[in-house]
Amino acid sequence: MTSISDIKSRIKDKSARSVIEEIIKLANDSSDYHAFLDITASRALDRADQVDQGKITGKLAGVPFVVKDNFLAFGAPTTAASKMLENFNAPLQSTAVEKLEQEGAICVGKTNLDAFANGGSTENSAFGPTKNAFNKERVAGGSSGGSAVATALNIVPFALGSDTGGSIRQPASFNGVVGVKPTYGTVSRYGVVAMASSTDTIGVLTTNVQDAELVMSIMSGRDKFDMTTLPDFFEPNNETKSNQKIGLVKDFMSEDVDLDIRNRVNEYANKLRGAGHIVEEIDLPMAKYALAMYYIIVPAEICSNLARYDGVRYGHRASGVKTLSELYGKTRDEGFVTENKRRIMIGSYVLSSGFFDAYYLKAQKARTLLINEFNKLFETYDVLLGPVAPTTAFKLGENIADPIKMYLNDIMTVPTSLAGLPAISVPFGKDNLDLPIGVQLIGPMKSDALLLSLAKTMEVL
Amino acid sequence: MTQINREDVLHLAQLSKLDLSDDEINGLQIDIGNILGYVEQLGELDTDGIEPTYQVTGLSNVWRDDEVIDYGIAREALLSLSTESLDNSIKVPKVL
Repeated sequence: MTSISDIKSRIKDKSARSVIEEIIKLANDSSDYHAFLDITASRALDRADQVDQGKITGKLAGVPFVVKDNFLAFGAPTTAASKMLENFNAPLQSTAVEKLEQEGAICVGKTNLDAFANGGSTENSAFGPTKNAFNKERVAGGSSGGSAVATALNIVPFALGSDTGGSIRQPASFNGVVGVKPTYGTVSRYGVVAMASSTDTIGVLTTNVQDAELVMSIMSGRDKFDMTTLPDFFEPNNETKSNQKIGLVKDFMSEDVDLDIRNRVNEYANKLRGAGHIVEEIDLPMAKYALAMYYIIVPAEICSNLARYDGVRYGHRASGVKTLSELYGKTRDEGFVTENKRRIMIGSYVLSSGFFDAYYLKAQKARTLLINEFNKLFETYDVLLGPVAPTTAFKLGENIADPIKMYLNDIMTVPTSLAGLPAISVPFGKDNLDLPIGVQLIGPMKSDALLLSLAKTMEVL
Repeated sequence: MTQINREDVLHLAQLSKLDLSDDEINGLQIDIGNILGYVEQLGELDTDGIEPTYQVTGLSNVWRDDEVIDYGIAREALLSLSTESLDNSIKVPKVL
C-alpha cells in the first residue's frame, strides 16, 4: 500500500508536480466510489511546484493527503457534506491542516462524510454516499467514510478525519486501513466544524502505523485557538516493550458480534501472547450503557453546536421568507439532512426543563461511572483489546431506515469517546465475504504513543 | 417505551427552529420515540451521589492575555460570507 516513504522516493525520482498530477488523476478516476467532494487540483499543483523549486520544505515536503470535508481548508468549499455549507469558502484553515502544510504536505482534496459528521455510514451525506473500497454495494462506514476509502484505494498515504464516537475507527476498520482516535485534546479542533465538543477529536487514517505516528506527531500539541488542547505529550515511542498486560474486553465479544470478527480478535490476542504480552479477559459492565449515554450527551451538544447555522452570517439562507423566524426555520429545514434534525431534536428534548435531570444529567453521571470503570482497569492493564465494530461493512441502505440499528454499530467505539481515551483501529484480516476486519486497541489518557508503538510491533510480526 | 405525540414533535421542532414537512414529522415522531425508549435503560443505574462528567481533560480556567489577536481575516472577507450585507452590517428580514 502507498506509504509516505514510497511517495517521498517517487518525488525524489521524478518531481513533486508529476507525483501530484498522478494522484489527482487517481482521485478523478475513482469517482465511482464518491470518496471525494472536491479535488483541490490548482492549489495542490501550485504547492507542488513550490516544493520542486525548494520554496516549500519539511518532513512531508510534497506528500499528498486529503481531509474530511468538515476541516476548513483553502482551495475548495468546506461543505461538511451539507446543503447548509454547500457554497461556504472558508476564510481560514484548520490548525491541523496548517501544521501539515508547514511541513510541506499537500492537500489534494476534500472527502465525503455524513452531513456534519452525524452518522456511521456516510449515507447521510447531502451529496450521496461513498462506496466501500472493497465492495461497491457496501457502505464506506462513517462518518469519515471518504477519508477511509481514499486511503484504502491507495490514492493518498494519509487522510484526516474526526472521531466523535467512532468516526475514524469504524470506517478504517470497514476499509482495511489504520485509524487513530487520539486522547481528547491532543490535536487542535480549531477550524473543524464542531459536532459534539466534549468528545470531538481529530485524527488520521493511514496505510500503516508508522505513518500515523508521524502525522500525529506533527498535528499534536497545544493551540492558542483551541483552549481544550493539552500541552504536547505525544512523543513517538520506538521501544518495543514486551510483557505488557492487555485486557480483552469480554463485553465486546458477545454473540452479537460477527463470529469472523471475534475469531480475528482472538487471533490477534494470541499473536500478542506470542510476542510476550499477557492477555487476559476482563469485564467492562458499563460498556453496555455507553451507547445510551452517547445518544443523550452527543445530541445535546450537536443541538448546541448546530444552533449557529441560522442563515444569517454564513451558509445557506432560505429565500422567499418574510420574517426572521421564518428565515431560521426554513433555512435549517433546507440545510440539514434528516439525521441532523433527529439529533438536534433529541438534544432539544434532553436539555429541556423537566427532562434535563432524567436524561442529560443522568447520562453525565453514568459517564462518570464508565470512566471510573476504565480507570480501575488501567490500574492493572496497559492496554485493552476488542473489535472495532460488531459487523464488517454492511450493505448500502441496509440500516438507513432504522436509526437504532445504525447506532448499534457504534457500540464498541463510543465508550472510549465518552471517556476521552485514545484508541486505534488496526486492520487484521477479513471475513468470509472478503471484507476487512479491524481490531481496536484502547489505552489510558495520553498513552497514544504506547498504543501506536504496540500496534507497530504487531504489524511487522 | 416513551411515547412522543405529534404535538411533542412540533414543539421540539419549534425549540430547534426547524420548519419540518409533514412527511418528516411522521418519521421523526417514530424515531425520536424509539431513541428515547432506548436511552431510558440508564434508569437501571444507581447514580446517587455520583458527580457528572462534563469534560475529560481536567483543564480548568484556561486563560489567555486580554489582547486583540490578528487572525489575518479581513472584515470584508467575513461579511462577504453572508448572503446580504450593507454598510458593514448583515441584512436580515424584519424581526416582528
